[in-house]
Amino acid sequence: MEALDGNAIGGLLLEVFGVEMTTATGTCDHCGATGVVAEFAVYRQAPGTVVRCPACEYVLMVFSQLHGRYCVDLGGLRTLAAAG
Amino acid sequence: MSPISRGFRGRRRTTADPSRVPPGQYVTEDFPVLSAGPTPHTKLDAWSFSVSGGDQPRSWTWDEFVDLPTERVTVDIHCVTRWSKLDTTWQGVSVDTLLSDVSHQASFVLAHCDGGYTTNLPLADVTGGQAWVAFDYGGEPLDPEHGGPARLLVPHLYFWKSAKWVRRLELLDHDVPGFWETYGYNMYGDPWKEQRYAGD
Amino acid sequence: MEGTAVRGRLTWQVAVVDQVVDETPQVRTIHLKVPEWAGHRAGQHLDVRLTAEDGYRAERSYSIASAPGEPVAITVERLDDGEVSPYLTEELRAGDELELRGPIGGYFVWDAGDGGPLMLLAGGSGIVPLRSILRHRERIGSRVPARLLYSSRTLADVIYHSELSHYASGTEVIYTLTRQQPPGWTGHAGRVDAKLLGDVAWPAGTAPLAYVCGPTSFVETVATGLVGLGYPAGRVKTERFGATGGR
Repeated sequence: MEALDGNAIGGLLLEVFGVEMTTATGTCDHCGATGVVAEFAVYRQAPGTVVRCPACEYVLMVFSQLHGRYCVDLGGLRTLAAAG
Repeated sequence: MSPISRGFRGRRRTTADPSRVPPGQYVTEDFPVLSAGPTPHTKLDAWSFSVSGGDQPRSWTWDEFVDLPTERVTVDIHCVTRWSKLDTTWQGVSVDTLLSDVSHQASFVLAHCDGGYTTNLPLADVTGGQAWVAFDYGGEPLDPEHGGPARLLVPHLYFWKSAKWVRRLELLDHDVPGFWETYGYNMYGDPWKEQRYAGD
Repeated sequence: MEGTAVRGRLTWQVAVVDQVVDETPQVRTIHLKVPEWAGHRAGQHLDVRLTAEDGYRAERSYSIASAPGEPVAITVERLDDGEVSPYLTEELRAGDELELRGPIGGYFVWDAGDGGPLMLLAGGSGIVPLRSILRHRERIGSRVPARLLYSSRTLADVIYHSELSHYASGTEVIYTLTRQQPPGWTGHAGRVDAKLLGDVAWPAGTAPLAYVCGPTSFVETVATGLVGLGYPAGRVKTERFGATGGR
């Protein structure tokens, strides 16, 4: 299964955060790599959407939809900042 | 209100005996590949399976593992994303066999997999002929995309519990949420009670 | 009116199919009438949502094939084992409704102010957002140099073939056919590799801006190759369509 990238969840991120987030910058809490969300590895064929660090594959974000409500876990990111 | 998309029917579905289809599921002849991460490709000469948390750890190399008594089973499987697939055939080692000479006080297991995936189950649900570590699907070696070399197979629960690329069963005396359980999915996952999410 | 400014960006809306145009045997462009479209930027995409009579739903993302200012159009490739693409490319017809939301995306976009020279690299249906960029560049009369490297299986699979040769603003288009070449073919053959990139990509010293789109394996190979040629990673934008070429 090949990953997509953060572009593929642009709509999901807009829905969850209310702003464009594919240009947001995030830092991996595991390896410290910094990059834009558009370049993160995204796995959508799953019970939820899993976003991983492109450098070390650490799980950065997980989005689940539980009874129509989003459950968002950003625990793998040390920082996440929307583009200025 | 979303309009109905004229003529759209979705994934190929087949009609089936309703008594075999849990609530909210549809039957497909496909075998969708779902994954939370990249497909691991562990070489068989580097592969091992182990049981930890008992009196002493047990471990098998691939050659030792496929030498164990195996069973061929035909089961229905149900994915939380709503597809079900009936009469799937597998070959694997029963978890009963793997635990047969392990002394322990456990009532739960946590499955650990290549790539870091985990899932938790009550011990009572992986014993008594309800679970296998399967390495053959449909008469062929299990494809890496579907969890090969070997995956856990626990067909009476939602299929996220049938952990792909399984490498270790950890025996525990308490229930520890695995990957999807941590992100809001049900700790148990009975498809017949539609236990998809926490609190269901 | 309250809510109007937000609507069309975050919310689903119902469009009507205006026309469908077959680009290749597997690929169709769907021209849409979208009543509350807020406009889009070249390279953006939209999300489509289908609902079956029993309530079953499927969602997919498709790059917008038209330029900013043109009516919204998406180009869809039919995947044999697909769930949505066979419907969009074979069943959907003029007059049908299509639920969508967009435009989406702030990363894989090009505006005049981004400059160039533009190095565009497409694998299969990855050509779609790049075509939006090229049409936009044409419509605004931009003089930014542009070069396109387009990888397809066969000549019959090349989408927008005629159009790509006819941009008045002079876009250089280089084709490579990976599976089969017609008799007398003078273009390249085989998958894009480091050597082909070295031969056709703008030299790094010209400070190009690269956009790479297509299946994941194509994007990874090309992006790595461009960085290997000296392109700064920040000047290589990528959009992955997944192993089967669709999303």
